[in-house]
Amino acid sequence: MSPGDLLLWVVVPYVAIAVFVGGHIWRYRYDKFGWTTRSSQLYESRLLRVGSPLFHFGILLVIGGHVFGLLVPESLTKALGVSESRYHLGAVVLGTISGFMTVAGMAILIYRRRTVGPVFSATTRNDKGMYVLLAATILAGLTTTVLGNALGHSHDYRLTVAPYFRSIFYAHPDVDLITKAPIGFQIHVTLAWVLFAAWPFTRLVHVFSAPIGYLTRPYVVYRSRGPTDLGSRPERRGWEHVGSSSSTDRS
Amino acid sequence: MRVMAQLAMVMNLDKCIGCHTCSVTCKQAWTNRTGVEYVWFNNVETRPGQGYPRTYQDQERWQGGWTLNRRGRLTLRAGGRVKKLLSIFSNPLMPSIHDYYEPWTYDYENLTTAPVQQHTPVARPKSLLTGKNMKVRWSANWDDDLGGGPELTKDDPVLKKVSDKIKLDFEQTFMFYLPRICEHCLNPACAASCPSGAIYKRAEDGIVLVDQDRCRGWRMCVTGCPYKKVYFNHRTGKAEKCTFCYPRVEVGLPTVCAETCVGRLRYIGVVLYDADKVLEAASAPDDHDLYRAQRAVFLDPADPQVQAAAAADGVPRDWIQAALRSPVWALINRFEVALPLHPEYRTLPMVWYIPPLSPVVDSLTETGHDGENAGNLFGAIDTLRIPMEYLAELFTAGDTVPVRNVLARLAAMRSFMRDVNLGREPDVGIADAVGMTPQDIEDMHRLLAIAKYEERYVIPTAHTESGDPGQLAHQLEELATECSLDYDGGPGMGGSGPFGESSGGVTPIALENFHMLKQRQTSDTIVDPGDKSRRVNLLNWDGKGAADELFPPRAEEPQSSSEVPDPHEAGDGDPRR
Repeated sequence: MSPGDLLLWVVVPYVAIAVFVGGHIWRYRYDKFGWTTRSSQLYESRLLRVGSPLFHFGILLVIGGHVFGLLVPESLTKALGVSESRYHLGAVVLGTISGFMTVAGMAILIYRRRTVGPVFSATTRNDKGMYVLLAATILAGLTTTVLGNALGHSHDYRLTVAPYFRSIFYAHPDVDLITKAPIGFQIHVTLAWVLFAAWPFTRLVHVFSAPIGYLTRPYVVYRSRGPTDLGSRPERRGWEHVGSSSSTDRS
Repeated sequence: MRVMAQLAMVMNLDKCIGCHTCSVTCKQAWTNRTGVEYVWFNNVETRPGQGYPRTYQDQERWQGGWTLNRRGRLTLRAGGRVKKLLSIFSNPLMPSIHDYYEPWTYDYENLTTAPVQQHTPVARPKSLLTGKNMKVRWSANWDDDLGGGPELTKDDPVLKKVSDKIKLDFEQTFMFYLPRICEHCLNPACAASCPSGAIYKRAEDGIVLVDQDRCRGWRMCVTGCPYKKVYFNHRTGKAEKCTFCYPRVEVGLPTVCAETCVGRLRYIGVVLYDADKVLEAASAPDDHDLYRAQRAVFLDPADPQVQAAAAADGVPRDWIQAALRSPVWALINRFEVALPLHPEYRTLPMVWYIPPLSPVVDSLTETGHDGENAGNLFGAIDTLRIPMEYLAELFTAGDTVPVRNVLARLAAMRSFMRDVNLGREPDVGIADAVGMTPQDIEDMHRLLAIAKYEERYVIPTAHTESGDPGQLAHQLEELATECSLDYDGGPGMGGSGPFGESSGGVTPIALENFHMLKQRQTSDTIVDPGDKSRRVNLLNWDGKGAADELFPPRAEEPQSSSEVPDPHEAGDGDPRR
């Protein structure tokens, strides 16, 4: 194992995971106000109406496919009687459909972002960087899948990339497996690690506020104003009012 | 019975002159920031008219509020929870910026830096969204005072609902003003639509607020609110709405819109209601029953049982006392002259209106009749210039009976009080005719016509258990009694947070204004998306300070007065040209 491999396939993943988890915790604690989708629908909705659902539902399918492909070992599907070729066929068909949905949606959204004046004005440098990274990762992944199958020498990533990915979480990364994978997969994986490291610091954090709780909560939320929540100025951290009065109950 | 207290408002439309002072002061206080340039928490619209945003009352199109489903159960008109989540990536029912209006400023700089030319230089309108030249096509009050009518007026969704007869009568034009704020509903559809649960109703005073830290910008509240009084801040990506000026009412001050109303037409007071009956009232099968149903939710503060229940449910004693003196309660339930706005939306709104009667006396007098004679007045109500059907569409879901009763009471008050004021024996028959006692009429007259400050606003202060009133007053002080940099996360105010524009803490509005004022003086572009605080907003320009290059540079040596400085020179001196 060369030092380059070590850096790329061991150090980068662990750093990315640490930054991903720590970054989200930190951002959530200190930047709840900035935690938003920053929707631009107010400016333009005709293109968004097509592009956004296409992209989002596409990427949800893609994520689902990744979860299945990476976390479910080949031995398990074999034991269930699904042959490798049948699994592969299903994965390629579904993956290609969802991949093209995602890319088509993304193309519409990027076109919209660039050409619609108000939307472009509201695009920050952070957004632009995120778009490049996200688009590169998606395109690398789709290209690898499509080209590999089109050229006829498809690669069974479930014997290389997937076990390597799982080995990271066993704290025993198997670098040999990933180095055996074709270069397309390696680029896709590396870009993904970089994307994950950048994730908590971009607007992508909105993924983690998917409002599933809406399905079960009561419609109207009542909330009591705590005794310290008066006025528009919150009490500062470390300067909370002390004394017998501050500990009175909030009834 | 679960007793809750709500701060509510009543507006007496008879007195509204459409001066927009409430809108302007509200804007100054709350929405003169970037991202909410197009937002008016308080707006005054001319009726008939399209309103703001345009045609917001057309619920066939916007699908706001609640409706009854086939089984008679209350559901959000725009669809249930699953449908909401599925349309989260692109909300098909959200108004675009053009339904409000595209905010703009003017290129004032050109007035001073334009080269010598044959024609007077002009300040062209520049979009605040793109910074590009734009054509001003619409704004918050484009159809103010029937401007653009009848072409624009005919698109009024309320007018479309009333019969053809009124459309013809409309040739004789009528109009009145309708000031609107958030209704702080008992059954808020915005809160019910919020996927994140960020919009909540405050248990103490019923004010509906958006938790800025929990809002994730899903935009469903904008659709949910049938009054379109939740707005999307396009810079921060968060919903914002009227706060009922909670920092003011918590210390017993009326809201900014009420305080500055020159017509003194707004009333603020406490209403006690039974929270357990809200759903039942909102589900009344017939739209016409909603007005009565909502009144049945309110509780009589004079009833000892209600008082005991309120105390048991934690309503503070001074709030119960305030409910007894509440002008809102009196106008709704004792005098029965206040009506809710669009009860058919089933949100149980808590800003009510006294419908306008005004032109009737004048028009009666013009026809040679005694305009203040009760008999004449009662007869004239049915042929009012402002058609009763139109008022009914606004306030009682189309039922003209309650509107007629209200107008009759207002007319009776005029007639009855004229006798009192002229020192004649008042005609008790007038009071009887509208089901009131002479004392009721005199009290109503005092509240509506004399309208003393202490009687218009009966606002109990918020309860803090922090004990030390001095500390509390200090906390609530919006004035700079502390260093203005001295807040959580300070002094990094202005500019962008590290993760794009809206990240970082919420800047208190007073501070944001302060820094905007300062930074504006150093800004050199009209729109600068990289920085949320640097936009020229003349609405809050106080006449002090100017951008560095607003005026040509002074000559080093004072020149003799006969020499006029060459504007070309000044223009060439500008490095940006």
